[in-house]
Amino acid sequence: MPPPPPSSPPASARAWSLSRNGWAGLAPVLLAAALFLAFLPALGPVSRGEALVWAASWVPGLGIELAFRLDGLSLTFALLITGIGALVLLYSDSYLAGHPHYARFALFLTAFMLSMLGLVLADDLIVLFVFWELTTLTSYLLIGFGHEAERSRRNALQALFVTGAGGLAMLAGLILLGAAAGTTRISEILAQGDAIRQSALYVPILVLVLAGALTKSAQIPFHFWLPNAMAAPTPVSAYLHSATMVKAGVYLMARLHPALSGTPGWIWTLTLLGAATAVFASLQSLRQTDLKQALAWTTLMALGTLTLLLGQSSTYALTAFGAFLVVHSLYKAALFLVVGNLDHQAGTRDLTRLGGLGRALPMTALAAGLAGLSMAGLPPFLGFIGKELKYAGGLASALPALTTGALLLANAMMVAVAAATALGPFWRPPAAGPAPRTATEAPPAMWIGPALLGLGGLVFGLAPELLETGLVAPATASLTGDIGATATLTLWHGINLPLGLSLATFALGLAIYLALPRGRAGLAAALDGLPNLDRGWDRFLHGLKRLAEIQTDAIQTGRLRFYLAASFATVVVALGSTLLARGLPPLAFDLSDANGVLATIALLLIGGAALAAASRSRLAAIAGLGVSGIALSLVFLLFGALDVAITQLLVETLVVVLVAVALLRLPKLKPLAFRPGAAALSAALGGLVTVLLLAVLHTPMDLRLSDWFGAASWPEAHGRNIVNVILVDFRAIDTFGEIVVVVIAAISAYALLKSPRGNSGDTR
Amino acid sequence: MNSVILTAGSRVLAGLLLIFSVYMLLRGHNLPGGGFIGGLIGATGFILHAIAADAASARRALRASPQSIAAVGLGIALAAGLLSAVAGDPFLTGQWLYLAGLPLSSVLLFDIGVYLVVFGAVLTLVLALEEAV
Repeated sequence: MPPPPPSSPPASARAWSLSRNGWAGLAPVLLAAALFLAFLPALGPVSRGEALVWAASWVPGLGIELAFRLDGLSLTFALLITGIGALVLLYSDSYLAGHPHYARFALFLTAFMLSMLGLVLADDLIVLFVFWELTTLTSYLLIGFGHEAERSRRNALQALFVTGAGGLAMLAGLILLGAAAGTTRISEILAQGDAIRQSALYVPILVLVLAGALTKSAQIPFHFWLPNAMAAPTPVSAYLHSATMVKAGVYLMARLHPALSGTPGWIWTLTLLGAATAVFASLQSLRQTDLKQALAWTTLMALGTLTLLLGQSSTYALTAFGAFLVVHSLYKAALFLVVGNLDHQAGTRDLTRLGGLGRALPMTALAAGLAGLSMAGLPPFLGFIGKELKYAGGLASALPALTTGALLLANAMMVAVAAATALGPFWRPPAAGPAPRTATEAPPAMWIGPALLGLGGLVFGLAPELLETGLVAPATASLTGDIGATATLTLWHGINLPLGLSLATFALGLAIYLALPRGRAGLAAALDGLPNLDRGWDRFLHGLKRLAEIQTDAIQTGRLRFYLAASFATVVVALGSTLLARGLPPLAFDLSDANGVLATIALLLIGGAALAAASRSRLAAIAGLGVSGIALSLVFLLFGALDVAITQLLVETLVVVLVAVALLRLPKLKPLAFRPGAAALSAALGGLVTVLLLAVLHTPMDLRLSDWFGAASWPEAHGRNIVNVILVDFRAIDTFGEIVVVVIAAISAYALLKSPRGNSGDTR
Repeated sequence: MNSVILTAGSRVLAGLLLIFSVYMLLRGHNLPGGGFIGGLIGATGFILHAIAADAASARRALRASPQSIAAVGLGIALAAGLLSAVAGDPFLTGQWLYLAGLPLSSVLLFDIGVYLVVFGAVLTLVLALEEAV
């Protein structure tokens, strides 16, 4: 659990001013609000079924465009992201007032908001992936914002690993999808859903894309990271881990619904995982006494429900998806912020210790009540409409008994959790002693947001046609492709089965709520009996580290001779097997153009190498190597490669200087012992290199490139020295890469030589 | 190393090597030479000085740290590559300018970057090694 915000003097918390953190507090709010207002005018065209498109060339070679498209689904998300973003940023400014790193926090949160916006607007698979990864990264930074706490760092890393791994799988899936469709433009892919479903790549695409979506949206069995992500400051939980980021996976499934849905694999995977997640998370939520944890698990329940609904193809289910998406974002963000208020003002988030705060925090209590009633799905709140639609969608699904049953169970438990979390702390006497701090109302900036969000649930519940024509119908149309095909959002559908199910939900929910105080311990014990994937994750990481250690111990002996032998043996095996597979070249030396000069050079080469190998004096060995090197540069000189010869000569000089300097430090050479293994390896390597060179000589040279460089050097690059022209002009980017490596190598060597333990025997 | 001949000789030689290295750099586009070779020759001049006197004296003579020289070289090479963006060409396309018949080019600038990188990197390594021993 995160510690309460480090510096929040109660005195200043009561004062209201424009911003607590200067520009860092105000600017992000203004940005988010401006973006929200900028998206509003799009409601008109989008509700008529039009889409706004903007595209710029990005990677023309691969046909990838920086393409964005605003349709019903994107607009719904965009408005949620910017609207809730503005309120959360406003809230954070007071919640983290005077925090020494508030600017950093605001930067992360704003960066996240923009990444998320890019994600939902992207109309190109690759662009979508880039923004997807950006949300993963910014989320990592935000979860780990309180990085002094070890737990916070661990949970941030866990979220990063789980969603990052899913993201990589998704990248592979998106690339396959692009290959199957022949384009990376999402709008074009969606138009050819039937072709994709019949493609041979469909199954791998489905598995890989769902791996990304289900990890991001924390579905079983990847659910464990989300409750841990609550280590983030509460506004972050409200924003990322309920309203936006975790919905990115849901967004992806919804976005690709026209292209991928309808097959048994899609229906079963989404329905079963969604239902399991919804029910399991509701149970977990019931057992929690920490308000934030309870809400975290209800978020999982919502994500499971959304996944389950996306598994279907009926208009009811998809309308329910659109409606519940908005309902949930409104009430869940509000409730998280309310919990933040309780934590901030009363000093605890423990359900059993909070109670009777309704008079002390009237506005917070009001916001909590509005949001809680919408969450419980009572009429006339929007949550009621969402719930009815869910039941209608469940009844129309491929597996009506299973989906409706799961929805009923989960919703009933939501009623109980809503009562316990949103109403309990305010209107019920505390169960276990008084709250530790005498609480006062939070500053307005901290209740305006939740109150507005809660009010939204009521307004849209009373006037559902606003939401329907503006957002839900266009969003559903993005999935069905038909702007007319939307179930109506209304409070009164007449007496039908969904209404009966709603009544059953309330009854069951009330029963659960009443049984909760006594049943919680038993429920907790039962749930603890299930396999704990969070602990499994720790064991997995630990095992991975052990494996790395064992492998490092085995390979990294720290002995230079071993490294050399291993490298040479690898070359021998690779080279030998290739040569054997390709067939040996004729093993004949063509000495027809040999002359006295070449013979002398060859003798120098061989003699130098022999001296280096046989000498017992280091100085003599280095001199021998130098002789070989200079003889080699003579070869280059003789055959006209003047630049190479000069370079070789200079490098040879430098090597002798370097080794001579190092020599002063080395012990005397021991008398050479005969090592049969080393001798065999040397002989094999030498022999193989000889054979390889013979093979090269027997292959006719392809001179097209050399001829082209020779011809183009002066007219195109204004230079007569082909070697230099290639280095600095034709192949300049290679050279650039090389000099980067040279700098890195020099700096690394410098660090090694200058570090105090640079020559110690630490092998790890 | 205490050798009067080497110390006296190195003073002249180091200067000559530096001038020669610049000469090699500048003629490189049309005749054998270039930034890589020039950088190596230039570094040799300072290494000679470091051997004749000591590494500290070579560092003083160098004024800037060799790592910085290498990094500056990398920056110059990058800037030379980015110059082509001004003309709307792809990264590292050679740009030429004739100032009263004197050919100046981004290619030469790039080669100067290479020269400084090689010069700085080699000296980073050799001087650190000299001091470590």
